[in-house]
Amino acid sequence: MRLLTHNMLSSNIKGVTNGFPLRIEVEKVIEKEVDFNIDFLRNMFAKIEWKALAEASRTMGYSELPDDAESSMLDSDEFLRKFHHALLELHLEEGALVCPETGRKFPVNKGIPNMLLHEDEV
Amino acid sequence: MALNFQWLCYRSLTVFSNMLSTIARINLVSSHPEVYDPCDDSFALVDALLADRANLLEHHPSICMEIGCGSGYVITSLALLLGKEDSGAYYIATDINPHAVRVTCETLLAHGCHAEVVNTDIASGLEKRLSRSVDVMVVNPPYVPTPEEEVGRHGIASAWAGGENGRSVIDKILPVADKLLSDKGWLYLVTLTANNPLELCLQMRKKGYASRIILQRSTEEESLHVIKFWRDLDTLLEANECMGTEQNRKWTSYRIHAFYSIFHMEIWETEF
Repeated sequence: MRLLTHNMLSSNIKGVTNGFPLRIEVEKVIEKEVDFNIDFLRNMFAKIEWKALAEASRTMGYSELPDDAESSMLDSDEFLRKFHHALLELHLEEGALVCPETGRKFPVNKGIPNMLLHEDEV
Repeated sequence: MALNFQWLCYRSLTVFSNMLSTIARINLVSSHPEVYDPCDDSFALVDALLADRANLLEHHPSICMEIGCGSGYVITSLALLLGKEDSGAYYIATDINPHAVRVTCETLLAHGCHAEVVNTDIASGLEKRLSRSVDVMVVNPPYVPTPEEEVGRHGIASAWAGGENGRSVIDKILPVADKLLSDKGWLYLVTLTANNPLELCLQMRKKGYASRIILQRSTEEESLHVIKFWRDLDTLLEANECMGTEQNRKWTSYRIHAFYSIFHMEIWETEF
């Protein structure tokens, strides 16, 4: 699971109002090289919750992202490279996503988050 | 060293075979006893996407999503036909079946593609943050009419059990699609005659979607349609206009009548 996907996931448990961002519990992180595409990064920047991405990447052991970001930074190649790496190349292979409100853990196995709910959570 | 050489040969072979195919290759599609293998409906959807490829390339989607990815044949084909190297799209696929999400990952890997795969019910957990963001959505839903109690069963039954008229799951997916599709979003949906595709089109029309049957195919067992939906401002204005007064209701019925004619014409147009 890329951090881009982490940035798009919220806790879906019934009654939870503040389900984003899910906290990451890391067991295994892998890195996979991805082609650098500036247009894609610019497109995605508008959709990303920056603080959640910066925090998630730190949890995954990558501390190069600034705490805050604004669109003018997209002109900097150095910034784009770091954004690219954090967003697309870091994968949570094994671990869990934790609901910030209830503490319920959603397991991540072989890079696939399991967001299925139990009957009493729907 | 020997391992590296083997890997290099394997890699060159996959790169070469990918250059030849713009859709997933059946012999590279992974399988599992609890996962629905690609069948006529999957082929119909991929053929419809292939036929619409020029439009899709021009559309430049940033986010593409499949709900109910099963074997991964469709999402892999979509990634391949849009060109996985430089299209720069984010592909995300969901399935409620834990075996299916793993099989999808294997199929993607065998084709050298990547999509993010999430084990979830429809798009649960993604609806909030992906709201109004998906540019292309593909859905081959469980559309087979079955007793209602078969809907929501685990394993392979989740791939086909559609409840009354095969509509139980489709009727849950469409509001989610409406929420997730971007302003320029397109939805490709596989349906069966028994699902009443015309009513589906009218239902979506009320939400401001224009639609077209882009492929119709009769097999020995079923008659399949692939419907393409897109947000359309004129349709939305009409839908808003037509709500309310009696006079408007008459106007609506006139329009529905007109729409029926267009609908039939389109079926005629797309018959093979």
